[in-house]
Amino acid sequence: MTSTSPDIAIEARQIVKRFDGDTAVDGIDLTIKKGSIFGILGPNGAGKTTTLRMLLGIIDPDEGERYLLGSADPISKAHKVGYLPEERGLYQSMKAFDAIAFMGALRGLPLAEGRKRGREMMENHGLGDAVDKQIRALSKGMAQTVQLLGTIVHEPDLIILDEPFSGLDALNQGKLERLIRGQADRGVTVIFSTHVIAHAERLCEEIAIIADGKVPFKGKVSTARDRLRPQVHLETRELDGPWRSSIPADCEPLGHNWHFTLPESGVEPLLEALIQGKAGIESLSIERPGLHDAFVHIAGEAAAKKMDADAAADALGEAA
Amino acid sequence: MIENFKEVIRAAFVIARRDFTAIIFSKSFFFFLLGPLFPLIIGLAAGGLGKQVNQDIDRPFIGVALSEGETKKLISARSALAENLGNSTIPELIILPEVAADDPDIQRHLDKATQPLTAIISGTLEKPRLTGTEQDVKRWQGRTALLAETALKGSSPIAVETDYVAATGSSKKRTQLLTAQGGQIVLVLLTMILAGMVLSNLVEEKTNKIIEILAAAIPMDAIFLGKLFAMLGMALVGITVWSTLGAIGLFFILPDLPNLPAPAVGWPIFCLLLVVYFSMAYLLLGSLFLGIGAMATTVREVQTLSMPVTMGQLLVFFLAAMSVTKLGETIEWFAVIFPFSSPFAMIARAAQMDNLWQHGAAILWQALFTLIIIRFSVMLFRRNVMKSGQAARKKSLIARVAGR
Repeated sequence: MTSTSPDIAIEARQIVKRFDGDTAVDGIDLTIKKGSIFGILGPNGAGKTTTLRMLLGIIDPDEGERYLLGSADPISKAHKVGYLPEERGLYQSMKAFDAIAFMGALRGLPLAEGRKRGREMMENHGLGDAVDKQIRALSKGMAQTVQLLGTIVHEPDLIILDEPFSGLDALNQGKLERLIRGQADRGVTVIFSTHVIAHAERLCEEIAIIADGKVPFKGKVSTARDRLRPQVHLETRELDGPWRSSIPADCEPLGHNWHFTLPESGVEPLLEALIQGKAGIESLSIERPGLHDAFVHIAGEAAAKKMDADAAADALGEAA
Repeated sequence: MIENFKEVIRAAFVIARRDFTAIIFSKSFFFFLLGPLFPLIIGLAAGGLGKQVNQDIDRPFIGVALSEGETKKLISARSALAENLGNSTIPELIILPEVAADDPDIQRHLDKATQPLTAIISGTLEKPRLTGTEQDVKRWQGRTALLAETALKGSSPIAVETDYVAATGSSKKRTQLLTAQGGQIVLVLLTMILAGMVLSNLVEEKTNKIIEILAAAIPMDAIFLGKLFAMLGMALVGITVWSTLGAIGLFFILPDLPNLPAPAVGWPIFCLLLVVYFSMAYLLLGSLFLGIGAMATTVREVQTLSMPVTMGQLLVFFLAAMSVTKLGETIEWFAVIFPFSSPFAMIARAAQMDNLWQHGAAILWQALFTLIIIRFSVMLFRRNVMKSGQAARKKSLIARVAGR
């Protein structure tokens, strides 16, 4: 069985996964185009890892369908995929370059070629001195880099990274971002999950937000930002006057500072009212919300909906 | 289908190569090779366990074809000697009332005896004749004379006439039984020592979090199969080292090796079958242990599982050992068909029956069952272990094994 479009790297249709009666993933739909950098965002325990595991074929969904590079059997496409799991792991007694070659061999790369590439990649990433060292002798950051190199040594078409930035220092996070961009420039599809929004904001064209096993948002980063109205930061000399009606009624000043969401009418009517009403503008800035704000808003809304649904279910149960 | 199978084999080889080299070149493998020394030392220290086992297996039964009066005297003499010298030093006597003392064709009675007989005493007590293979007759000639002297209560020594036969049906049957039991013990011991090690085989991957990388890259069947092959390879290396050292040692200790009883299928095929059936027993038990061990998340859980697993192995051994003297009976057929005891029962058959086709069928059956166990283990593993979330970690070992 295959998916319909050859331009699609991953397609999930209403996939569901339950563990012991608890629904970890609840009817997720995802379509990820080839050649894009796609971020899967969500708070801890939202269902990101379970979703990725289903997409990769490590576990099967209880309901729904998923296609990886056009195939309903993701393992059959494993030689075209690189995967870095959230819980990193390498054989401790292996030499670093051998560990890279082993990971490549798992995905069909001849061992000798993997060893050659492993050495080259380590040297290119400033780990030339560690090539022949055992994994147990490497620092955590170095071991993570080795694992990352092992993920891409076979030059996959699709790379899936589960929380790749966790445990890395700022310097290595920057290196990883560059590596992801480099892969994308080669035409590789990169999908990564994270709960650190800044990385997604810098790297991704499109994102999906997973909260409580559902996807409350998927689309372009800019679309997510547009979910929130711009924020106004205003400082006035006066505290009251006819201009006060242009500011939301529930907005209270902190000293002479006002913070509120830009009204639907826009910037110009607000400015006009402030000037004509003699508010005495000391400073005014209008800030477009970042992805972080959008994420908190969307995830928060989803959590609130879940709480409402749970409360309604409880009430129904009590009534019964 | 064939492509999938090729891919599974290729991937299994990647796993097997890694595991095999990791084990063979580890320091612990040296201690593994020393492993058989420990039970050997304990066995010797415990008072010649091997000797006792040998006596139990090789208990002689000598048929008595004498006149009724002389037979009674001989039986009384045996009782008296057994009381003074110990029962095990004097051969058991089986009265053969249908055989005349002067029967010219004693060998025929040796062949057709329902109970395997070592030799037959015929003639008279003053001039007894012992008929059997040269090896058996020479071994029991002295004690036959002692029995006759005691029966006659005389002081003059009795000369026992000897009548050698090349081989008798019953002696052949008896010696093949010995080979069957020997082969079975070798198989069981090796499997017990080696297959249990598979229990902890996936713990390294699980504690190092490598399992997810493997599971995302290759079919889970290939992981299990690769691990089994690696451990089998390691076991065969160990057996080669032990048997080579053992053969060299025997050559120096016993340069004139006695003629070993030949199994029904002949020594070369028997040795080949011994290796094949060891491999099958190892794969069968190993796949089961790997599946059970895969459910364990810590070394402690593996240790907990070791005891019931050892007990299970012993039960299989008892079943196989019980069936060895009951060729063709229901219990023996059950041991042949029950997959876990099948290799042990079949090696006993190889010693006692010369038809080869049954081995082909048995090996196919055992291989098929190994694949079934691997499939089932993989299914349990994927369902119960390869999942994220607190629920998986909170589950008890029993629940994980039972798939609940």
